Amino acid sequence: MSIRSFGQPIKRNEDGRLLQGKALFVDDVELPRMLHAAFVRSPYAHARIRGIDTQAAKKRPGVVAIYTATDLGAYWRPGFLLVPPPPIAGITFNERTQVPLVKDKVRHAGEPVAVVIAEDRYIAEDAVAEVVVDYEELPAVVDLEQARDARSGFVHDDLKTNVAAHVRQIKGDYAKAVAGAACVIKRRFLYDRGSSLPIETRGVVAHWDAKADRMTIWDTTQAPVFLRNGLAAMLGLSERQVRVIAPFIGGGFGPKIMMFYPEEVILPWAARKLARPIKWIEDRFEHFFATTHERGQLHDAEIALTTDGRILGVKDVFLHDTGAYDPYGLTVPINSQCTLLGPYHIPNYDSTFTALFTNKPIVTPYRGAGRQHGVFVIERLLDIAARELKLDRAEIRRRNFIPPDDFPYNNQIIYQDFTALTYDSGNYGPILDKALKAIGYAGFRDEQARQRAKGKHLGLGIVAYVEGTGIGPYEGAKVQVQASGKVSVATGIGTQGQGHYTSFAQIVADQVGAKVTDIEVVTGDTDQFYWGAGTFASRGAVVAGNAVNEAAKVVRQKILRTAAEHFECAEADLVIEDGKVTVNGVPGKSVALGVLANVANPMRGAVKPGTEPGLEATSYFGPEMGATAAGVHAMIVEVDPETLMVEIKDYVVVHDCGTVINPLILAGQIHGGVAQGIGNAFYEQLVFDGQGQLRNASLADYLIPTALDVPRMTLDHTVTPSPLNPLGIKGAGEAGAIPVGPLFAQAVEDALGLPDKGIELNEIPLSPSRLWELAGSADNITASQQARVR
Amino acid sequence: MSHKVSVTVNGTTHERQVEARLLLSDFLRHDLGLTGTHVGCEHGVCGACTILLDGLPVRSCLMLAAQTNGRAVTTIEGLSTDGKLSPLQEAFRDTHALQCGYCTPGMLTTMTAFLAETPNPSEDEIREALSGNLCRCTGYQNIVDAVKLASQRMAR
Amino acid sequence: MKPAPFRYVPAASLEEALALKAEHGDEAKFLAGGQSLIPAMNFRMAQPAILIDINPLTALSYVRQDGNAIRVGALTRYRTLQRDAAIAGKLPLMAEALPEVAHPAIRNRGTLGGNLSHADPASELPAVVSALGGTLHTRSKKGTRRIAAQDFFTAALTTALTADELLTEIELPVLPPRSGTSFLEVARRRGDYAMMGVACAVTLNASGACAEARLAYCNAGETAMLAPKAAAALKGQRIDDKTARAAAERAKAEINPFGNVHASADYQRHLAGVLTRRALLVAAERAGA
Ligand SMILES: Cc1cc2nc3c(=O)[nH]c(=O)nc-3n(C[C@H](O)[C@H](O)[C@H](O)COP(=O)(O)OP(=O)(O)OC[C@H]3O[C@@H](n4cnc5c(N)ncnc54)[C@H](O)[C@@H]3O)c2cc1C
Ligand code: FES
Ligand code: FES
Repeated sequence: MSIRSFGQPIKRNEDGRLLQGKALFVDDVELPRMLHAAFVRSPYAHARIRGIDTQAAKKRPGVVAIYTATDLGAYWRPGFLLVPPPPIAGITFNERTQVPLVKDKVRHAGEPVAVVIAEDRYIAEDAVAEVVVDYEELPAVVDLEQARDARSGFVHDDLKTNVAAHVRQIKGDYAKAVAGAACVIKRRFLYDRGSSLPIETRGVVAHWDAKADRMTIWDTTQAPVFLRNGLAAMLGLSERQVRVIAPFIGGGFGPKIMMFYPEEVILPWAARKLARPIKWIEDRFEHFFATTHERGQLHDAEIALTTDGRILGVKDVFLHDTGAYDPYGLTVPINSQCTLLGPYHIPNYDSTFTALFTNKPIVTPYRGAGRQHGVFVIERLLDIAARELKLDRAEIRRRNFIPPDDFPYNNQIIYQDFTALTYDSGNYGPILDKALKAIGYAGFRDEQARQRAKGKHLGLGIVAYVEGTGIGPYEGAKVQVQASGKVSVATGIGTQGQGHYTSFAQIVADQVGAKVTDIEVVTGDTDQFYWGAGTFASRGAVVAGNAVNEAAKVVRQKILRTAAEHFECAEADLVIEDGKVTVNGVPGKSVALGVLANVANPMRGAVKPGTEPGLEATSYFGPEMGATAAGVHAMIVEVDPETLMVEIKDYVVVHDCGTVINPLILAGQIHGGVAQGIGNAFYEQLVFDGQGQLRNASLADYLIPTALDVPRMTLDHTVTPSPLNPLGIKGAGEAGAIPVGPLFAQAVEDALGLPDKGIELNEIPLSPSRLWELAGSADNITASQQARVR
Repeated sequence: MSHKVSVTVNGTTHERQVEARLLLSDFLRHDLGLTGTHVGCEHGVCGACTILLDGLPVRSCLMLAAQTNGRAVTTIEGLSTDGKLSPLQEAFRDTHALQCGYCTPGMLTTMTAFLAETPNPSEDEIREALSGNLCRCTGYQNIVDAVKLASQRMAR
Repeated sequence: MKPAPFRYVPAASLEEALALKAEHGDEAKFLAGGQSLIPAMNFRMAQPAILIDINPLTALSYVRQDGNAIRVGALTRYRTLQRDAAIAGKLPLMAEALPEVAHPAIRNRGTLGGNLSHADPASELPAVVSALGGTLHTRSKKGTRRIAAQDFFTAALTTALTADELLTEIELPVLPPRSGTSFLEVARRRGDYAMMGVACAVTLNASGACAEARLAYCNAGETAMLAPKAAAALKGQRIDDKTARAAAERAKAEINPFGNVHASADYQRHLAGVLTRRALLVAAERAGA
């Protein structure tokens, strides 16, 4: 084999197009006679609809149609339950999924009530303003704790409760752990809502081709196959009649999964009815309501430890805000519940959560998908424990790491993929060592004191985490050598910037001996590949990557067999390299892959029975369970003790995601994840008022970090291959984002010496204003610190 | 009421009738088919729609097409010549400065103008100049490196 | 997020612009840099029936020194101001504040006149102009007016401009010798409106004590808030840590921040105190104390 491209920092195949503005995104689709949709959305979070008057709006020139729920007739149905609850004994789950257009009662601000279809978007928006909806506003269920109180009213009246789910998972016996503990710590932790905020909003173009009897839908989805299947069923079409294309997508991060969002459901229906293509592009204001949010949770947690800091048990009772509906089942709170266990041996665990409906937009997974919350709770508990027990914060973590010999390690609770949460492999000590070294842990206290003498307040944070990645069920891939000599690779997942065009090409390049640039990867087109689940849960590279590898291996065998017949030699004598097959040591005897592809597809004569034509193969891969990646992040911050503004001075990530396909792409995933984590920890918060109104629905007020807010990061890796797949890879998509909250809280506490004053930072996000409130009186900090300075 | 505009985009002059309220971003993307310019917020914050107006970066979502009469506009499509990437584009590729690529048009136009004015920028200057363009994928580090690399290559 | 329909008129002359505005009053709006107006129109929060584009009136873009004042044309863009030698040399307070306003791409379009007419109390520039004691020149079909900065800003997003008036020029006095200025703000991110900001100007007497001080704040109330009592109390005093702290405490009592999604009112007030102290010390040092 030629130089392996697998594992190399290969430049991306897709960049040429993107850098010249030649890549197709959904909003770039232009079709003849295309119409444009805009939605009438409720200004209230909770309201009964008494009537809708579309008369005036319909008269506006350029308006083609306006539909309300009644117009949808039998097509109107609540969305699919995308992920059913896992098989956990004794759970409660109340399924309430979103509706295409509100019929009777609005359950969150921005919920769509009617759709206007017009000749252009400007006119559609004019008409939206003219649709008159008669609302009877109801008190909104906003606060999580109040949602439990029946007096707050119900989001779904028929349920007579706002409880969406109740789940308890137990390992061992927590009561016993407490009985034997030297120290028990109890705290309350709060983690507020945010938005994934891809720079590209969502969008759909639906085109019904009556002559071909086919529906084509361009959609900013992470899971085109799933969407195709569901929409075909809804539209009464066969799956073959529906083609979903997820072209270039401007960032996904979770909420662009196959949600069967109202707009996704309505556009194809209307396009068929009107026999014209229709485009809807979410605007940024809509995005804050119409695209799902990330999660708010409130934890009451406790930890029991021995005097030497070994964890005996953890108990956690938490509330999870699922928003107005729960189409994504329990994935998010289950992730929180499971990921809390972290890289630690926790023999006894008792975790209960209650998911609650509120009059706020829906909560579904966003990068990390609830893992952040679990990590926040356990890492904060360990910080507090280290202080109580007078242990070093790195040491208390090390003492509790699952030893390398204990893998696979079964946590005895059920994970989001319905299997027992089992870590496939890991070796956590070396990750911590590398991180400590890189951040300069040993010398930090001295440095901190030196800087403090100059009036600077530095603080260090260090936290560990694991991430369950690469879950099933399966993905598939088709690899095909073309007569041109190029190799095509098709999978059913969507891609949103993760570099699949390149990493999959690298996998194939090594197997079939072609250049990476000669390998054309197609993702996200259901006509190119029929089966698959989608890009989520850090699974694209793991699951689809292995399917690609399997298919490429078969193609390699076919190449060798065909070439051996062609040259009448043994397969063992052949070398595949640089797009050709050569007989070893006979320089003249060589055939290009493209030529071989034709040889394998003869136009005359008889082929042997059982032969498949062409150099092509389709394979599937389904891991038996998720692969567990792990890492340690460390940071140094400087805090202005008067303004409470925080500057990140240094950031270290040491990560183990098994075998690495492309270090360039991996680093990019980590950088981006950390940036989102920083946003989550310090900048981003969706602020609702008591009536469920979002107070900061604009990019000017919902603050995502800029180039000045994200520091340069130092990355390092350890490699513990996953035994669960032949390539040994684990997912890496979410790792950057997961541990930043507790890291930030720890570092800021450290910088301001807050624990000495009895102040703990047990919530996220921590804006400067909030820090100032939590710190009680910032003047106290200033005064005491300054006293030391002088 | 529509307005006649004659605007030169990437060297080609277009004469069009435009409606008063048509945003420049929509005009470029949908009337001229130059979809390389991206729209991420339509209120001036994300920077994805940034184009060069007579050489200076401006938000195309905050201008009317009607205002560009007699002006010269450069979009991402105008940064490379005959498929040959500019040094900045090349550097973006070399350092993996783009993931989804949605913010990239604004990054490239903004940084093209920045490098023209600041040929040898420090990291701090680069970050400051980038701070009006949001990227949700890359964490910016590789973008900063790309700009630095381009400046070094252009100095040679 | 597309603007509602309107009539667009690129102004062929100042007279035409003023005539149209006089005719249509509040129904019409001038379009300057468009960096506040167009976002508001895209959100449909502003729906003018007529948009009078003053960008063609290039004669309204200038920076001129006129005796002891700098005169800035209303249409002068931030970018031009940032590169102007007179601004850098004679109005360092303005020069220091400009980089805090938005980002380069916004500053390539935004104008001083548009900013002040927009009268966002969180903006940097109303505070700067107020601290400097600027005078705003306006014109309408009826004639011209001169309005002192502190009378110009009447409430949040509201000015003393009448429905037929155009802001044409901003006249800013150059501070006497032995003066120093400082602009400080705390914003969540670079380019954001400040959670709190202070524009501070100090003139010292021959013995190094404070002869005159001015303090103006962004995001501290309905308009660019001044703290005249805090400033007056400094007169005759040496500006040091102690007097600056005392002034900061006084200023905190004079302003009236509302709080918003980013900062509670208490935190804003606290920041005002911190920034006042810091700005006074810097300004005094720059004045040669
Ligand atoms: C992303 C972003 C960030 C920003 N950050 C900041 C910031 O940090 N600080 C800050 O101060 N600003 C900020 N701004 C706003 C920016 O400074 C605007 O440029 C400014 O507020 C308005 O000036 P303009 O020339 O763009 O005016 P326009 O938007 O054209 O007009 C604003 C208003 O003033 C009226 N008007 C304009 N000119 C005149 C005149 N000569 N006479 C009478 N009326 C007139 C208009 O009719 C309109 O009502 C930001 C804007 C954006 C998009
Ligand atoms: S779309 Fe213009 S700045 Fe975001
Ligand atoms: S690369 Fe995706 S937003 Fe920047």
